[in-house]
Amino acid sequence: MPRKEGARKVTGQAQYVDDLKFPGMIYGATVRNQARRGIIRGIRFEPGVAWDEFTIVTAKDVPGKNYVALILNDQPFLADEITAHAEEAVVLIAHPDGYLVEEARRLVRIDVEALPCIDSLQEAIEQKEIIWGDDNILKSYLMNKGDVDRGFAEADIIVEGVYETGAQEQLYIENNGMIAVANPDDGVTVWGSMQCPYYVHKALMPLFGLPPEKIRVIQMETGGGFGGKEEYPSMIAGHAALLAWKSGKPVKLIYDRAEDMTATTKRHPSRTRHRTGVTRDGKLTAMEIDFDIDGGAYATLSAVVLSRGTIHAAGPYSCPNVRIRSRAFATTYPPHGAFRGFGAPQSIFALERQMNKVAAAAGLPAEEFRRRNFLHEGQTTATGQVIREKVDLDDLLFRALELSHYHHHRDTFDRANPTSRLKRGIGFATFMHGAGFTGSGEVALASVVTAEATRDGKVRILTASTEIGQGTNTIFSQIAAEALGIDYSLIELAQPDTASVPNSGPTVASRTVMVVGKLVEAACVGLKLMLLSSGLLKELYTSEEFSSAASDYIDRIGPLRASGEYKPPPNVFWNDETYQGDAYGAYAWAVYVAIVTVDPVTYEVRVDDVVAMQEVGKVIHPVLAMGQIEGGIAQAIGFALYERVAWKNGRMANGQMTNYIMPTSADLPPIRVFFAENPYAYGPSGAKGIGELPMDGVAPAILNAIEHATGVEFNQIPLVPELVMEGLVGQRHALPEAKHAR
Amino acid sequence: MRVKVNGVERSIDAPPMSRLLDVLREDLRLTGVKEGCGEGECGACSVLIDGELTNSCLVPLLQAEDASITTIEGVAQDGKLNAVQQAFLDHGGAQCGICTPGMILAAMALIQEHPDPTLEQIQEGLAGNLCRCTGYMRIFEAVVQAVRR
Repeated sequence: MPRKEGARKVTGQAQYVDDLKFPGMIYGATVRNQARRGIIRGIRFEPGVAWDEFTIVTAKDVPGKNYVALILNDQPFLADEITAHAEEAVVLIAHPDGYLVEEARRLVRIDVEALPCIDSLQEAIEQKEIIWGDDNILKSYLMNKGDVDRGFAEADIIVEGVYETGAQEQLYIENNGMIAVANPDDGVTVWGSMQCPYYVHKALMPLFGLPPEKIRVIQMETGGGFGGKEEYPSMIAGHAALLAWKSGKPVKLIYDRAEDMTATTKRHPSRTRHRTGVTRDGKLTAMEIDFDIDGGAYATLSAVVLSRGTIHAAGPYSCPNVRIRSRAFATTYPPHGAFRGFGAPQSIFALERQMNKVAAAAGLPAEEFRRRNFLHEGQTTATGQVIREKVDLDDLLFRALELSHYHHHRDTFDRANPTSRLKRGIGFATFMHGAGFTGSGEVALASVVTAEATRDGKVRILTASTEIGQGTNTIFSQIAAEALGIDYSLIELAQPDTASVPNSGPTVASRTVMVVGKLVEAACVGLKLMLLSSGLLKELYTSEEFSSAASDYIDRIGPLRASGEYKPPPNVFWNDETYQGDAYGAYAWAVYVAIVTVDPVTYEVRVDDVVAMQEVGKVIHPVLAMGQIEGGIAQAIGFALYERVAWKNGRMANGQMTNYIMPTSADLPPIRVFFAENPYAYGPSGAKGIGELPMDGVAPAILNAIEHATGVEFNQIPLVPELVMEGLVGQRHALPEAKHAR
Repeated sequence: MRVKVNGVERSIDAPPMSRLLDVLREDLRLTGVKEGCGEGECGACSVLIDGELTNSCLVPLLQAEDASITTIEGVAQDGKLNAVQQAFLDHGGAQCGICTPGMILAAMALIQEHPDPTLEQIQEGLAGNLCRCTGYMRIFEAVVQAVRR
């Protein structure tokens, strides 16, 4: 089944926001704080351009409320008296000449009286300065299962570890951008690159004080998102619309790469402390986990990122006693945000490094230790969720180890490493990823999808779920075609436009296929039943008969449309207070294996092979599914080894593709993807979520392999060569007995 | 200034130091040429200049004078996809599509140089074109399939 919009993409006809040009359109730019946290004392426009030709917008021009509506509504569109971080927008300018706008941007001076900053998680924890509430904590959770103190009392061995992950840039190849038309008569319309049209819609209403029908948000073809276009597009849409509102002209506001990298959100840096109790025969008795993330200067999505990271922190293991404390701290960095995996890759990295450490302490091979503690059907996760699916982690592990020739490689490397110049290692990670919004989130979203027949006998799907490369258009067309019993070519996807598509929730959280796809199915079944019960169509129809009956229906009876609305699967219970219950409707389960070569002279690490074995329910489209997993693994290799954000004075210093290094085609190993299928009763055609899963397990598998290769325990990513050097040099200098003293 | 673009002679009235990328996108409205980084790292703006793969963000218009330029818009003939485009479509080589025009031109240049490329040659030949969606595996597969056609 070819990608629905594929022909437009391979011929260059697909229209992204920067490809649009409106008559009379002018070009906008964002002037950001040039200092750090502080009090704004003045804004100066230095001579050098004809300032009277420019449209200039500051916080004083905001017609409605100056906040980006999200969870806490704490972040302003434009800083007013106080600026919280180094990349905060303060002034907007626009002019018909796009080159002149850039020149003028450099002539705006913002005078800021400095206030103290918080430069690290540690400084936030120690309350070097209070920048948020009374304790710098944006959000915290406490999850308790069983009795952890008793669990530690029952343990023969207690193992501790600390693990850190860095910020990561989403680095979609299409930079963010918006075009806006706005005036008091017609309201506000924006066209842009985004994942979540209704988030933008929600943010623009209070900004302009306009009712929902006066705000229209249209998604253009979007060149990648990975979470990076979940929330920040609301900010850019607001900026473009403010300039359009004031100038009376269409305004195009497109970020260049440097601005996109430095000013927009990145993955939350994290630090996790583990304390694990285990019996002599390798059974987990207690897990105590402290998970902290750096939220940056505003709350934005940190509470929910923290939530997902917390719930995934104890992984696919059955441990009777678990206590997880997690906190998101305010710092004076630009706010961190959504990035594929949403907190889970951070806590899973820590867990899967820790599990190897615990296995070693218990004297067990890593795989045998996992086997003794895997979750099985009927057992409970850390949130007390009873696993009702037929999960078979033993089988996934067995197959992943076979496919990667794990034992063979392990023996071979063990024999060769003592005398070979290059050191090789093999490692793996076992993990799960919950699909959809957490807990009661999907009920609150109450998503809707509509299917309608067109006069020429096709069926158009109306949904706010966006195509951002992952294949929404194709998969929804497949689901619709199957539910309607007609040909794939008869399905159309409406362009996401809040004036015509219902709110199907955001395109995030691996929810598009599993949750929204189910609504596509329901809407199509509804439409089919309407047509059948009208008598215009008889069972056992062909696509042609369906088409002609649908046309007849519209001519004789009227519009033929049906909607699917979200209903939770039965017996799902979640307590937001205790964080106990059914966190997710379904989980994807996986075992990933990595082989690495470490060069102890150059300190380079090369990944030689990745085997990715997973169970994601039923695979609807194998080519797209493999593409999702492979792409996620490539990003995760970057997360593990290459992609380091260098912070300097509160801003990203390497906001360029020349010095922020993502994997190229020459850097990647063969990525071998395998699926075990186990249809999920409440997913469309049995499918579960898939998009975020591949981000989770790669980094720990790689670091486990590096430990095998070198004998050194590395617990920080990105593990750039400098850190490898530190570790290996430290090992050479360490006294032999010190290596075993724990 | 005169350049031949997708087989058609065009006369362009733009400053000689204009980026070829901007001339193609803004003056000729060939928006299949994408800007990803503006510094020659990502390859989204790749075009063929006299058959050679080039980042159009790094080339001033005057350097392209009298040259023959191919953009993605000039690849399909009479509405029919060429073998590389068809293979990208059939084998999942395009996801979000933003690197796709440049990647397809890079693949064409690669096949021109190595009519039967090894995996290493494919990996090296496409290393100047970044893709964040696919992890490149489906793109390698598309190149292999295009060669077989």
